[in-house]
Amino acid sequence: MWKSRPDDPAERTPTQSNSPAVAAPVSVPKEPRAPEPQPKLAENFRAEVAHIGKSVKVKGELSGSEDLYFDGEAEGSVDLHEHTLTIGPNGRIRAALVAREIVVHGKVEGNVCASEKVELKRSCSLIGDISTKRIVIEDGAFFRGAIDIQKEGKPELRKPAIPAFTEEPAMAIAVPQTSFLDDK
Amino acid sequence: MRWFRGSGEAQTKSVPKGGPQRISRRSTGFAEFTRTLTGFRDPAILDLGPTSSANISFLTQYGGRVYNEDILRAAREFVSAHKPADADSIDPKTFFAENLEHPEHRFDAILGWDIPDYLHEALVKPMVERISRILRPGGILLAFFHTKDAGPDFPYCRYHISQGDVLDLEPVPDFRLQRIFNNRHIENLFKDFSSLKFFLARDNIREVLAVR
Repeated sequence: MWKSRPDDPAERTPTQSNSPAVAAPVSVPKEPRAPEPQPKLAENFRAEVAHIGKSVKVKGELSGSEDLYFDGEAEGSVDLHEHTLTIGPNGRIRAALVAREIVVHGKVEGNVCASEKVELKRSCSLIGDISTKRIVIEDGAFFRGAIDIQKEGKPELRKPAIPAFTEEPAMAIAVPQTSFLDDK
Repeated sequence: MRWFRGSGEAQTKSVPKGGPQRISRRSTGFAEFTRTLTGFRDPAILDLGPTSSANISFLTQYGGRVYNEDILRAAREFVSAHKPADADSIDPKTFFAENLEHPEHRFDAILGWDIPDYLHEALVKPMVERISRILRPGGILLAFFHTKDAGPDFPYCRYHISQGDVLDLEPVPDFRLQRIFNNRHIENLFKDFSSLKFFLARDNIREVLAVR
């Protein structure tokens, strides 16, 4: 009763010579389905985003009107205005960066200005000032500089609630300053 | 003052899978710090600890500018680059020519966390002097000091602000406790400040709010 019929498509399918001998799966008639979306290939990514490799060195002004992945060295300024700039893990930048979104994996020395968002990844090192609306910093990222969060409208000062010190009583002692001998 | 011998760097310890566990602690000193901050208009705040997005998002609520400078990491790189035989060969002037280099009276508030306990000995006093210079009169500094019950193996922690009075401590095996300050040493250290408030907590940490 379990013997497959001679016209079973599974039987007719030629087996690969190097495939192990396994029982042929029971074929279930399937309705035609829409093709599944394929994951983005590197080639597609490169086609959508301009890509500068790690051996490239740029000195001067770099500007563009498309997204850019920059993994090389740059000195001067990078201005993508309304697009996304990604500094790759090999990126070494000594330049002012301007873009809509800036993602940093590598090293940057210079001020960073993103109209929407700045992301500092775990491997990143940024020395410079940041000006943006939103910022995401991964643990391990190194940042030295100032942050200006641009807010639409008047910035609101959210006052923290007055804490209740019930769990951990503490004693406050005001110490008037007098001159002490430094015994170091 | 109690000293702990050995390298400034902690030995690498195994970190639990999924990252080190954070410990929450209520901080009276930090609550007082934030309460004072609300009285400042667009304050310039300097965080001397490692970069923390929680701290930045919390501090930017006050409407001013937030600065971040991981002074312990910079000091470690400076010390290891010079490979000195002893503490005397560390030149604080060279270090502070590149670090904490800000205009006089730039900041309204500085978060010093427990950095003095972990910093190289030669840099502690110059760092407080530099802080005193860049903090405006009336500005505040929050610093933590371990009490005598903390031993040399007391873990170094990164401080993440959770709420107005709650801090999350993330132990990381990056630095080793160098010394313990007593009250008199702390008073000496901050002798250029106009007033000091001590908050004594139960968890071996003494919190100090210094007003410039």
